[in-house]
Amino acid sequence: MTELLTICLEFLKTGLFAVGGGLATLPFLTQMQQTYGWFTAEELANMIAVSESTPGPIGVNMATYAGYSTYGIWGGLCATLSLILPSIVVILLIARALDRYQQNPFVQNFFAFTRPAVTGLIAAAGFQVLQIALFTRTEAQPISVNWVAMAIFAVLLTLTQFKQLKKVHPIAYIAVGAVLGILLKM
Amino acid sequence: MKTLWTLFRAFFTIGGLTFGGGYAMLPMLEREIVTRHRWATKEEILDYFAIGQCTPGVIAVNTATFVGYRTCGVAGGVVATLGVVSPSLIIITLIAMVLEHFMDILWVQHAFAGIRVAVCALIAASVIKLFKSNVKKHWHIALAAAAFVVVALFKLSPVYVVVGCAVLSVVFGKKVHQA
Repeated sequence: MTELLTICLEFLKTGLFAVGGGLATLPFLTQMQQTYGWFTAEELANMIAVSESTPGPIGVNMATYAGYSTYGIWGGLCATLSLILPSIVVILLIARALDRYQQNPFVQNFFAFTRPAVTGLIAAAGFQVLQIALFTRTEAQPISVNWVAMAIFAVLLTLTQFKQLKKVHPIAYIAVGAVLGILLKM
Repeated sequence: MKTLWTLFRAFFTIGGLTFGGGYAMLPMLEREIVTRHRWATKEEILDYFAIGQCTPGVIAVNTATFVGYRTCGVAGGVVATLGVVSPSLIIITLIAMVLEHFMDILWVQHAFAGIRVAVCALIAASVIKLFKSNVKKHWHIALAAAAFVVVALFKLSPVYVVVGCAVLSVVFGKKVHQA
């Protein structure tokens, strides 16, 4: 029971101080591993791999996984709810304030500047996935192009640009990717 | 009541279909929130991302709370957030429970390698769309390029980009309005 409480407190702390999304929670998990020994460093590496490749926000996935390894289903549930509680409170406060100050010139200028910048940030995030997905790293060759992946990427991206295909749900593309991955043994 | 349930379902779908977390959520958000339910515009989603970047917590969760609050008030914020995290809770618990060596299975690895490529294409498509609607002037291009370089090549935290934009908006805000 005390352990469950410790889990809640640790993840509340993570939710409150991990600024910058998903992987920003990683240093907190490393610290938990060193302080409490709830899981091994190797298990932590596995958690990251599973969290990054399964659906859902990475930070939430890692909290569920870490909580589950420590205290079973209740551990996973408590860790996740503790992680998101600070976010909910902070964002609700900001959303209320924004309702009141939306017409404020400072607020409007702020968004005028962040919109193009966030577009660049999203491009950067895409670039990071691109490096993992389209290039392979072996010891003999530090970086080599995965031509099969590159070809699939080009075809899928071209398909998204057709007006007739605008209504296709993104999950269709993901399903095609999964099937091709299995068939071509990527 | 009906809207709360729709909200939960929409965010459950988004949480369950987003691979790669954070910004990879954008194609799903566009589809469910902007196109299908019209709860927010593309620009508003970007604003939520900007705020989410410099407030604590996972960006997907922050965005869900925001859209939910805008649609149905405080209850909406809570419901949308629970919706976006529920698939993770279920899927990760199952994986941790049943398949200890899930990532060692060969065809699972192949499938995820393919999924990553598809996610790349989806993010690229979203970026193209965002560029068309939000990067119109010369200084827009400069800002977007600077944000990209600083984060992708110099590995700086995106927090600094948003804080930097806040400073720039105070200093140059008036000039932009006059132009």
